[in-house]
Amino acid sequence: MATTKSRTLPLTKRGLNFEMFMWMITRLTALAMYGLILIAVIGALIMGARTQMNLADVMRWAFMPNVTHVQDTNVPDLAPWSTPFWKLTASALLLVATAHGVHGLVVICDDYIVSSRGRQIVRWISIAFMLTMMSIGAYLIWTS
Amino acid sequence: MGLKRNVSLATALRYKGQGPFLTYILHRIGGLGMAVFITIHILASFVGGKAGVFVNSIYENWLFQIFIFFCVLFHAINGLRITLLDLFPKLLEHSREAIWIEWAVFLPVYGLAVFVIVHTALGG
Repeated sequence: MATTKSRTLPLTKRGLNFEMFMWMITRLTALAMYGLILIAVIGALIMGARTQMNLADVMRWAFMPNVTHVQDTNVPDLAPWSTPFWKLTASALLLVATAHGVHGLVVICDDYIVSSRGRQIVRWISIAFMLTMMSIGAYLIWTS
Repeated sequence: MGLKRNVSLATALRYKGQGPFLTYILHRIGGLGMAVFITIHILASFVGGKAGVFVNSIYENWLFQIFIFFCVLFHAINGLRITLLDLFPKLLEHSREAIWIEWAVFLPVYGLAVFVIVHTALGG
């Protein structure tokens, strides 16, 4: 118990394969999402959310800063909420969240599918699913 | 099959994984809940029309909001704990304490949110 030596290997000695890479991506995308959500909350407060929106509206905007998420609030002018800055922030959040989420689904599937061929099929389906959701999401963000 | 288990359901539910296992399974349920919700929400917004509006109106129901906010908040706070402990492995010695801190953060924030959601639903 009194050992002070770390039992984990440094990154350089662990080697970097696809699983290790995705393990890292899962953590880094999580940190990126905290940052993007914080930017959305701060931006909403600067644009007047304190008096024009309730908690649920701010949350809806924070988790996806898309203009359709504030059109039913008391915000007087939607223009500041649909600038290229917010569309880029929303797109970044979409790509990061989709990658994180689809990889999470693959991890869960790997736990329950015993045949390696089945797991391989799930990988291909997940890639197609991820690209489809990224395209549809980006289309919705940039056309709304 | 992966789902076949050699213990009864009652024994499985009495599994003594305790706190860490509870966070693990809630993290999974929360992640799955969000993945399903966001997929259907994006598809419904894409399809639009009456069907899209109907599906998205389900998501505005206060009961659903209580569920999905549990998924989001627990996944976010538990994920932050996992990320911090993984990026600073020396903290792993205090993983049990980290889980207690996690609940100490989650319960008040989630409780407050549920109060606000129910208060709004009752016309407050």
